[in-house]
Amino acid sequence: MIPEIGHYALILALCIALIQGVLPLVGAHQGRREWLVLARPAAQTVFFLLAIAFLVLAWSFYVNDFSVLYVAEHSNSQLPVVYRLGAVWGGHEGSLLLWIFLLSTWTILVAQLSQALDEFMVARVIGVLGLVTSGLLLFVLTTSNPFMRLLPAAQDGRSLNPLLQDPGLVFHPPMLYMGYVGFSVAFAFAIASLLSGRLDAAWARWSRPWTTAAWVFLTLGIALGSWWAYYELGWGGWWFWDPVENASFIPWLVGTALLHSLAVTEKRGSFKSWTVLLAITAFSLSLLGTFLVRSGVLTSVHAFATDPRRGIFILIFLALVVGSSLTLYALRAPKSSSGSKFSASSRETFILLGNVFLVVSAGSVLLGTLYPLLIDALHLGKISVGPPYFNSVFVPIMIPLLVLMGIGPWTHWKKTDLLTVIKRLWLAGLVAVLAGITIPLIMGEFTWLAGLGFLLAFWVIASGCLQIARQAKIGKPTRSFMGMQVAHLGIAIFVIGVTMVGAYQEEKDVRMSAGETVAVGGYTIQLQGVNVAPGPNYQAMRGAFLLMKNGKVETTLYPEKRSYFSSTMPMTEAAIDAGLTRDIYVSLGEELADKSWAVRVYYKPFVDWIWGGCLLMAVGGVLAMSDKRYRMKLRRAS
Amino acid sequence: MKAKFLIPLILFVILVIFLAIGLNRDPHEVPSPLINKPAPAFDIPQLAQPNQTFNPASMKGKVWILNVWASWCVACREEHPVLVELAKSQIAPVIGLDYKDRREDAMAMLAKQGNPYTLSAFDGNGRVGIDYGVYGVPETYVIDQAGIIRFKHIGPLTIDLLNQKIYPLIRELQKS
Repeated sequence: MIPEIGHYALILALCIALIQGVLPLVGAHQGRREWLVLARPAAQTVFFLLAIAFLVLAWSFYVNDFSVLYVAEHSNSQLPVVYRLGAVWGGHEGSLLLWIFLLSTWTILVAQLSQALDEFMVARVIGVLGLVTSGLLLFVLTTSNPFMRLLPAAQDGRSLNPLLQDPGLVFHPPMLYMGYVGFSVAFAFAIASLLSGRLDAAWARWSRPWTTAAWVFLTLGIALGSWWAYYELGWGGWWFWDPVENASFIPWLVGTALLHSLAVTEKRGSFKSWTVLLAITAFSLSLLGTFLVRSGVLTSVHAFATDPRRGIFILIFLALVVGSSLTLYALRAPKSSSGSKFSASSRETFILLGNVFLVVSAGSVLLGTLYPLLIDALHLGKISVGPPYFNSVFVPIMIPLLVLMGIGPWTHWKKTDLLTVIKRLWLAGLVAVLAGITIPLIMGEFTWLAGLGFLLAFWVIASGCLQIARQAKIGKPTRSFMGMQVAHLGIAIFVIGVTMVGAYQEEKDVRMSAGETVAVGGYTIQLQGVNVAPGPNYQAMRGAFLLMKNGKVETTLYPEKRSYFSSTMPMTEAAIDAGLTRDIYVSLGEELADKSWAVRVYYKPFVDWIWGGCLLMAVGGVLAMSDKRYRMKLRRAS
Repeated sequence: MKAKFLIPLILFVILVIFLAIGLNRDPHEVPSPLINKPAPAFDIPQLAQPNQTFNPASMKGKVWILNVWASWCVACREEHPVLVELAKSQIAPVIGLDYKDRREDAMAMLAKQGNPYTLSAFDGNGRVGIDYGVYGVPETYVIDQAGIIRFKHIGPLTIDLLNQKIYPLIRELQKS
């Protein structure tokens, strides 16, 4: 009975979402106030109904209701409660429900926090979000209903994929989706301004904090996913250029371009049509990502064989949403004024250049991701595109971007004397060159790529520090200024981590029996023994390894090889000794003859800086959003 | 309307066309290296009679169907009625390969849902599955008189697939 309540709530939510999508838009067009005012209560009702549906699904998992097909496929009575709840979004149907629930969460936030905005604008924004919600709800109800019954009920569930039985599952998807879905707000603002014909600086001001918020979530979501892959998959890498990873990274790149472009549109009134196009593109790419992941057109660790009807439905939905938006853009954007003029050496130019590099890099990642599909569609064979393509195309585009990042913040709007900027930056250049030469030498081996990595990272850091010092002399730096600096610093920290791991990591695959040692990165690791360790829903073989430096024992590491009862695939649970300057990573492989084991050991210098950098970027975003000046502007916008 | 503002729309339309074509092609459908190769040999206990073994060599001279299944596999339950249909047609013997399963679970499922198999071989540790390159259950193979694999399907069988592909193929193989 309870699952039917969830099902019913979804149907009702679809009906109300249609009202939310249609009446306010028509009302705004015809100037009917009585239809406009429906936007907020409709959005609130949809949110309430979706919350019910979501809780009902969670409840079905909690009480192990295996008469619900989705629960039977993704849970098991032996599964710990935490993972039973995580399993709510552990499969296709549930993760779509999460997608829609978060979309309506963003909608309700816009509805509640935009009291000061023009009511026509708010009605249009909520209306556009309502249309997107309706489309996705229709998709869930027709092809991916999580409340489908399995009769007769299964004795027990099939259980959650052991890969997903990890705290990462609880946090990573909601974070990532918050970001993905959050770009819908910028999209809705852009469409609303195109519809109203008021393509001015005001919409940029309104959508800026929302875009930043979505970007922060997306940054954290991607970083969490990368960290999860690093410690759970046992492959020892932090990024694999998997189609699904790319599906989240491409919107991030375009979203980053959008953040910067919005600043120009807000402050200078320039780039209006370009910014609108970026806002449409960022959300379209989020939808495209959903299509790629959910339709099974690409092979990936995340994608599973799916119902072809789903792919067709999302493709039609994608074509309608993006096609109509781009048509509207083609009709309305030419009418926008071109904004104030600026010279070739100005902040506008630098942001535009940065935008071009970001968009080109997004395009190249998109091309690589879709290439297997394009080739297959042209009947030219089955191929796959891997890290060599992405590394050789993506990295060179990032080099000029990092150079620009050191200069851009020093430039002024409209016109800048570049000579003065260069004079102020000579010290940063010197620090960068010194770092580029000395750090590789300290690490033991000079390579040009490592040198370049450190040079660029320290260029950004030194330039940022100089500017913060200069700003502090003039007066207290604003939060948005500090936010920009912290986020840029995050990029530099990230680059240091990537460079260190890329150039100086050590990896050893060895055969070990009790008492034997292996040396890696100045450490000695000794296998003590391997014992049986029982878990709640698995049986594990647990190795004990002593980690020693200069003959002193630092800690003991316990990597495991787990056999889950519900699955026959053994899982490696790596043991990691994390540190600020290095991680030691031990994973237990197969048992070999005569009581020896295959063991893989990594020494990963500064690997945690990769995620630390992402965290700093997110902190920067939060700082920029919380700027006081901003909140006043928001109020003034009414 | 200025032409340059139409560029994004045109690019998007091209993308959608490619995605639409891509939808009709299955990226998982990598041509199996086993097609037109001899079916890997094995000799393992049967499910219902553990003291007897099954060996594909014993099927020489007949066209037969090998279906990989398991009691824990939800897609197999979906496929089950189709297999019953296939068995009823008596077009060719259907041999099951019970993959990575527990004997009692498998027997219970067959007892409850009906047994379409002439017999099932019991591959409890999945060793035979490795030789056949099984990476998702269910999978179905059509093997000819000489023990050559002629057809492989990954995922649940459907009535359409039986009528359009498998029946005609078996009839043609049986003629030769």
